[in-house]
Amino acid sequence: MARIDLVDLAHSYGGNDAPQDSFALKPVTMTWRQGGAYALLGPSGCGKTTLLNVISGIITPSRGKILFDGEDITPLSTQKRNIAQVFQFPVIYDTMTVGQNLAFPLKNRGVPKAEIDKRVAEIGRLLDLEPYLNRKATRLTADAKQKISLGRGLVRSDVAAVLFDEPLTVIDPELKWQLRSKLKALHRELDLTMIYVTHDQTEALTFADTVVVMHDGRVVQSGTPAELFDRPAHTFVGYFIGSPGMNIIPAEVRGREAKIDGHVVGLNRSYDSLPAGAKIEIGVRPEFVETVAPAPGLLSAKIERIDDLGRIRFARTRLGDAKLAARAPAGFTSSDGTAGLKFDPSHIHVYADSLLVEGAA
Amino acid sequence: MDKTINQKAWFLVLPVFLVVAFSAVLPLMTVVNYSMQDTFGNNQFFWNGVGWFKELLDPSTDLGGRFLASLGRNLFFSLVILAIEVPLGIVIALSMPRQGWTVAACLVILALPLLIPWNVVGTIWQIFGRPDIGLMGYVLNHIGIDYNYVSNDIDAWVTVIVMDVWHWTSLVALLCYAGLKSIPEAYYQAAQIDGASRWAVFKAIQLPKMNRVLLIAVLLRFMDSFMIYTEPFVVTGGGPGNSTTFVSIELVKIALGQFDLGKAAALSLVYNLIILIVCWIFYTVMTNAGTERKHQEGAV
Repeated sequence: MARIDLVDLAHSYGGNDAPQDSFALKPVTMTWRQGGAYALLGPSGCGKTTLLNVISGIITPSRGKILFDGEDITPLSTQKRNIAQVFQFPVIYDTMTVGQNLAFPLKNRGVPKAEIDKRVAEIGRLLDLEPYLNRKATRLTADAKQKISLGRGLVRSDVAAVLFDEPLTVIDPELKWQLRSKLKALHRELDLTMIYVTHDQTEALTFADTVVVMHDGRVVQSGTPAELFDRPAHTFVGYFIGSPGMNIIPAEVRGREAKIDGHVVGLNRSYDSLPAGAKIEIGVRPEFVETVAPAPGLLSAKIERIDDLGRIRFARTRLGDAKLAARAPAGFTSSDGTAGLKFDPSHIHVYADSLLVEGAA
Repeated sequence: MDKTINQKAWFLVLPVFLVVAFSAVLPLMTVVNYSMQDTFGNNQFFWNGVGWFKELLDPSTDLGGRFLASLGRNLFFSLVILAIEVPLGIVIALSMPRQGWTVAACLVILALPLLIPWNVVGTIWQIFGRPDIGLMGYVLNHIGIDYNYVSNDIDAWVTVIVMDVWHWTSLVALLCYAGLKSIPEAYYQAAQIDGASRWAVFKAIQLPKMNRVLLIAVLLRFMDSFMIYTEPFVVTGGGPGNSTTFVSIELVKIALGQFDLGKAAALSLVYNLIILIVCWIFYTVMTNAGTERKHQEGAV
């Protein structure tokens, strides 16, 4: 039970003197509030597991501090940190029963026997492990084993946070969904801070209140799923979240107008003071671009194919060199392979060097 | 039945039959043949039935008494060296570095004793322990410890045991090290998170993950020490008295010293049988452990 503050935290596997570009985790300052459900989302190799291991103490950071409730715990070992972590692959103590496995973290910390039995029974009930408590853990299936690993993470009531490192990788999709809901329920029931690392956006968006998106060792945005969807702070967030991802198109932006491929698209806000020399792009989600019959004054695009996702259809189009996905409304057909594009101006964002620019009203 | 019958295949198998017959079956049958007969030289043999076996298994006779005594000494020797080498090997494996150039250095140093021929090991310790010129023997006597493996039973035993520990602990250590290396890093990290002490990590993770290699180590060391001949023979020659005469030394004494071919043949058959039985027990235990593991994987 604690608030976790990261102060100017950074880590390089090559030591502190390595150039900052090579850092696995670039300097980050942020706060994780007590009782929150967080997801750390990013592609493989973006530094999310490094960040997690730094918090749990498996890795000592090259730079910066970690505070639990204001107290600096950076130099403390994992054992003394009061943190629980669940790994990608199940870790089971072969010689013990399921119950003994669950009791292990408590037993190591000298918790009284009555208290251990109570906690083990409770976690066993919450994770549906009750029938197996007296069975040897080695004989169980992979997902039962991973449930035991989860249980060991959740069994301590006093932890500052429970960290999950892609814990559902080995579980098959059907069960994955159940376990994720279970975790969410456990989060409400146990009032623990949970940090969940994943590269799967659905997993992140369904589990967390706050999603922290990482890219290339940097935290690029942290916010609610809706914020990430509506106002991506970085082109990477726009592209990574949503399916298909946000369209990012080079454009010339002046005042309330964006010029794409020679055509002018109106904007809702005014962008007068864009940094000079920066790479200017506009970003718009496919949901907010519509394909219509070509008409004068509309941007015209070449249709490459139409993906039918059942509820919705997306047209994959080409605009000069840029590719653009757009919603194809029911009944839309194109006779000559071209379509006009209608943009929703309130959902067009402008990015300078990949970072979101706030326009003036 | 459209099978082509081609008897030529027998010719291809024939060489193997011949080699096995000459290398294993014929010598074994010779031994069986001898074990049923008595000889007084001149290549004259007399039928003795199971007489030698009866004598061998009856401790009140000379042969039976010697067999039982040497068997007892041999079992005691095997148990002592197992009790020392297995825990010591585990400790060495645990304290070895996991990475860096020191790993290679440690492995080479550990492997050195294993590469020395039995005879040479015996000679090394025979000289090393001599009170007049041996470094160890001289130093021990000089600091006031009356050590002489030629005249004192206990000194002889200590020498033979220390020699075996020196020669073979590396094998156990290397096997354990291989077992330890195969444990995924996540186990150690999880144990850290779970607040496990060093001892708890050993008990809950390292020992269970090493049990297969340990079983192999125990099997190899037991069989090898149970058949030991060269090293103690070179150092003590089975003495003082008969105090370090193990079964194989006794066997050689009877067969080549007294030229009692019948007794020696009976003894070697029983000796062989004991080793086969122990091997079979170990093998069964090991394959059972294996199928158990398969069951688990099947469940997954």
